[in-house]
Amino acid sequence: MSATTAPLALEAIGVTKRFGPVTANEGVDLQVERGQVHALLGENGAGKSTLVNILFGLYHADEGEIRVAGTPVRMDSPRDAITHRIGMVHQHFQLVPPLTVAENVVLGQEPTKGRGVLDLDAAVAEVTRLAERYGLEVDPRAIVEDLPVGTQQRVEILRSLYRQADVLILDEPTAVLTPQETDQLLDVLRGLVAEGVAIVFITHKLREVLAIADRVTVMRHGRVVGSANPADTDEAGLAEMMVGRSVVLRVSKSPAEPAGTLLEIRDLRVHDDRDRPAVDGLDLTMRAGEIFGIAGVEGNGQRELVEAVTGLRAPQSGSVLVNGTEITGHQPREISELGVAHVPEDREKHGLVAIHSIADNLVLNRYHREPYARRGVRQLDAVDDEARRLVEQYDIRTASINAPARSLSGGNKQKVIAAREFSHGAPLLVAAQPTRGIDVGSIEFVHQRLIEQRDAGVGVLLVSAELDEIMSLADIIGVIYRGRLVAVAPTDELDRARIGRLMLSGSDEPS
Amino acid sequence: MSAAASIGRYRWWLVAAAAIAAFTLFTADFQQDATTAILAATLRHSTPLVLGALCGILGERSGVVNIGIEGQILMSAFAGFMVASGSGSLMLGVAAGVAVGALMGASLAGLSVTLKGDQIIAGTVLNIAAIGLTSFFFTQGRTIPGKTPIIRLGPLADLPVVGKVFFENPPITYVTLLLVAVLSFALFRTTWGLHTRAVGEHPSAAETVGVSVVRMRYLNLILGGAIAGLAGAYLSLEAVGSFERGMSNGKGFVALAVMIFGRWNPVGAWGAALLFGYTSAIQTQFQFRGWFTDHPQFVGMIPFVVTIVVLAGFVGRARPPAALGQPYDRE
Repeated sequence: MSATTAPLALEAIGVTKRFGPVTANEGVDLQVERGQVHALLGENGAGKSTLVNILFGLYHADEGEIRVAGTPVRMDSPRDAITHRIGMVHQHFQLVPPLTVAENVVLGQEPTKGRGVLDLDAAVAEVTRLAERYGLEVDPRAIVEDLPVGTQQRVEILRSLYRQADVLILDEPTAVLTPQETDQLLDVLRGLVAEGVAIVFITHKLREVLAIADRVTVMRHGRVVGSANPADTDEAGLAEMMVGRSVVLRVSKSPAEPAGTLLEIRDLRVHDDRDRPAVDGLDLTMRAGEIFGIAGVEGNGQRELVEAVTGLRAPQSGSVLVNGTEITGHQPREISELGVAHVPEDREKHGLVAIHSIADNLVLNRYHREPYARRGVRQLDAVDDEARRLVEQYDIRTASINAPARSLSGGNKQKVIAAREFSHGAPLLVAAQPTRGIDVGSIEFVHQRLIEQRDAGVGVLLVSAELDEIMSLADIIGVIYRGRLVAVAPTDELDRARIGRLMLSGSDEPS
Repeated sequence: MSAAASIGRYRWWLVAAAAIAAFTLFTADFQQDATTAILAATLRHSTPLVLGALCGILGERSGVVNIGIEGQILMSAFAGFMVASGSGSLMLGVAAGVAVGALMGASLAGLSVTLKGDQIIAGTVLNIAAIGLTSFFFTQGRTIPGKTPIIRLGPLADLPVVGKVFFENPPITYVTLLLVAVLSFALFRTTWGLHTRAVGEHPSAAETVGVSVVRMRYLNLILGGAIAGLAGAYLSLEAVGSFERGMSNGKGFVALAVMIFGRWNPVGAWGAALLFGYTSAIQTQFQFRGWFTDHPQFVGMIPFVVTIVVLAGFVGRARPPAALGQPYDRE
C-alpha cells in the first residue's frame, strides 16, 4: 500500500451550485485524504456549508463531480452518502430529543429480532462497544434531551461510526462547546484519524485549525482561495486568506473609565421553562462605562438571567436595580423605556419581525414615540429617514429598506438589531451572544460598536458562549455556574485555563 | 423521592381511580347487577373513544394533527351501514367502514403531507365533508340484519362481574382491546414505532438517516383512518344497529381529549377512555334506573363535568410531539 497511489477518501472536482441568481459554490475542488483532518475555513456565507451539504447529498450540485475512494458517485440523498460511508455531524444536531442515545444511533438501521421487532439490547451493546473503542463516553440508555451539548455531539459522531463512516464531516462542531469540551473533541478526532478515518472539519476559528488540521482549504465568496499546510502558515496568514484583507484579531480598546453603579442585581432567582431553578441567588454589580462579560457553559442560567433583566421572564424573587430603579415586575417595554437596550440571543425569534421591513425593524423599540408616531398615527417619512441613516451608519447590506428582514444574511440581521439597540440611547445594553453565527467581518464591526458604546458611557452586560469574545471585549468577567457567579474579576487577572475550570466545575481548583 | 415523584405524576389517575373504586364498592354492596352493568357499559362506551384516540395517536406521533377523526368516524359509520344494508352482511359492512376510514386518512395525508396544507383546516374539511355527504345520501327506512353478535369466551364469561365485563362482548370491542396492546408494543418496540416517533419529533433527523417522512406520515394516517373506520363501524353496526344523522355526536373530538389525557400513549389513552366511558355509563344507568329523576340535567352533565375537570387539571402538563402540525419540507 503505497502512499502515492492510494486514492483520496473524498474528492470534489469543479463543484458549482447556484441558488437562483446567487452562486454559492463555483468550481470548487477539494481533496480529502484518508487519515487526515481537513479543515474547511471561511467566513459565513463563503460556501462551506453548501459544499458539505452537496458532499452529503442534501443538495444536488449543478456541475462537477464527487468521487469517493477514486470512483465517481451520485449523491442524491443522505442515504446515498451513508451508503458511500460518509457521515455528517450537523451544526444543528440531527438527533431526536426524547429518544435514547442507543435509539438515536441505530435509527434507520436498527438491529431487529426479525419482523420489525427492535432488538434494543443489541443496540445498547453495539453503542457501548463503539463508545469504548473510540473513547466517546456516553450512557446508551440516557435520553438525548437530558444530555449536555458536548455529549449530544458525541452521540452524533457515534451515529456516523455505527454506519461505518470512512469520512466524517463536522459542520462547525466547536461552536457550541466549552474550551474543555473542544479539547476533548479534538482528542477524539485525533483518535479517529489514527484509525484511518478522514475528517472534514468546518470552522471559522483559526486556533482550532492550527491545533488539529493536517490540511486546510480556505473558501471565500463560494470559491476556493487557497489550500495550505497549517504548519507552513500562522493565524494572521490564514485570516488574511479568509477575509481577503487584514483583520484586527484582538479588539483594540483603551482602558475602561467606569462611572457609578448602573446595574445592581441582588439574590435573583429565576426558573427555566420547566420551572426548575436556573438563576439561583445571583448577585451582580456593574458600573456605567464598562463591559461586564458573563462567561459560562450554555444552560447555566445565562438565558434566564438576560430574560429577567429585560423583562421577558418574571423572576421568582430578588431585585434588579437599574440606576437605582427596581425593574422587576415591569413589562419589557417599560424596562426598555427605563433605559435597558437588548440584543437578544435568538435574533430570529426575539430580535426581528422577519416578515416586516428592515425600516420597521430598525424602529421596533421606538415606533410608538415621537417623531415616528404622532397621536397614534405612524410617521413613515421619519421612520424611513431614520432607517436610511442607520443602514448607512451600520453598513447594512440590503437593496432596499423596505425589503423584509428575513431577506438579510445572518450578519446583516445582527447589524439591524445592533443599529436599533445601540441607537436607543439607553444607559444599559444587554447583549446576548451578539456575534453568534455571523461572519468575521460582521463580528469585527459589532465588536467595535460595542466598545464605542462603552466609551460613550453605556454599561454593557455581555453574555457569550465564545470565551475569546468575552476575553477580548470585557473589562470585568463574571463566570456563571449553575445560576450563580462563582468568580468576578478584571479580565487581565484571569487566564483561559482558570475560566475554563470555573465554567465546568464552579471551582478553580485543578481537578 | 422517586415514589413521591411518581405519585405526583399520576395524581390525577389516583384521584380518579380512588373515586371510581369507592363508588363501585359502595354500589356493589347493594346493587351488584347495576355495578356489573355499569362496568360492562364502561368498556363499550369507551370503545369508540379508544379507537378514535388510537387514530389520533398514530397521526400525531408522526407529526400530523388529525382533527378530522369525527368526520372519519361518521363517514365510516355511514359506509358500514349502507354496505351492510345493501349486502346483508355485517362483516362486509365493517370492512367497508374500515376501508372508508383508511381512504379518509389518505385524503388527510394528501392535503397535509403532499400539499402541505394547514392540518387543522385539512381535518375540518374532512368533518364538514362527512356531515354533508352522510346527510345528503342517507335515506330513512333502510335496515341491517341486527347488530354484530355478542361472543362469550367460554368459561371465562361465567366468572362473576369480570366475566360479564371482559369476556362477553361483541367483536369490535375485543378487537379494540387487542389493538391497544398491539399498538403500544409496536410504538415502543418495533422499527415502525421508532420511525414514527422520530418523524413526529424531528423529521429532518429522521430523513438524514434515510427514514422517509412522507412515507411514514401516509402510512400512519391511513392506518389511523382504518382504526377510526372501525370506530364508525362500531357505532352503526355494533352499538346501535342503525345509522342516524350526526351519530358520531362529538366522539371524535372527545377522542382527541382522551389522546391528550393518555399522553399520546395507547395504554394511557385506554385508561383515559375508560374514565370517560365510565361517566357515560353512570349517566345512562342513572337514567335507566330512574335515580335522581328530579334533576335529570345534573345527571346528564356528569360526562362533561368530568371532561372539563380532568382536562383543565391535566392538559397543560402533557407534551405533544415536537414536530406536531408542521408540514415537512426538505431543505
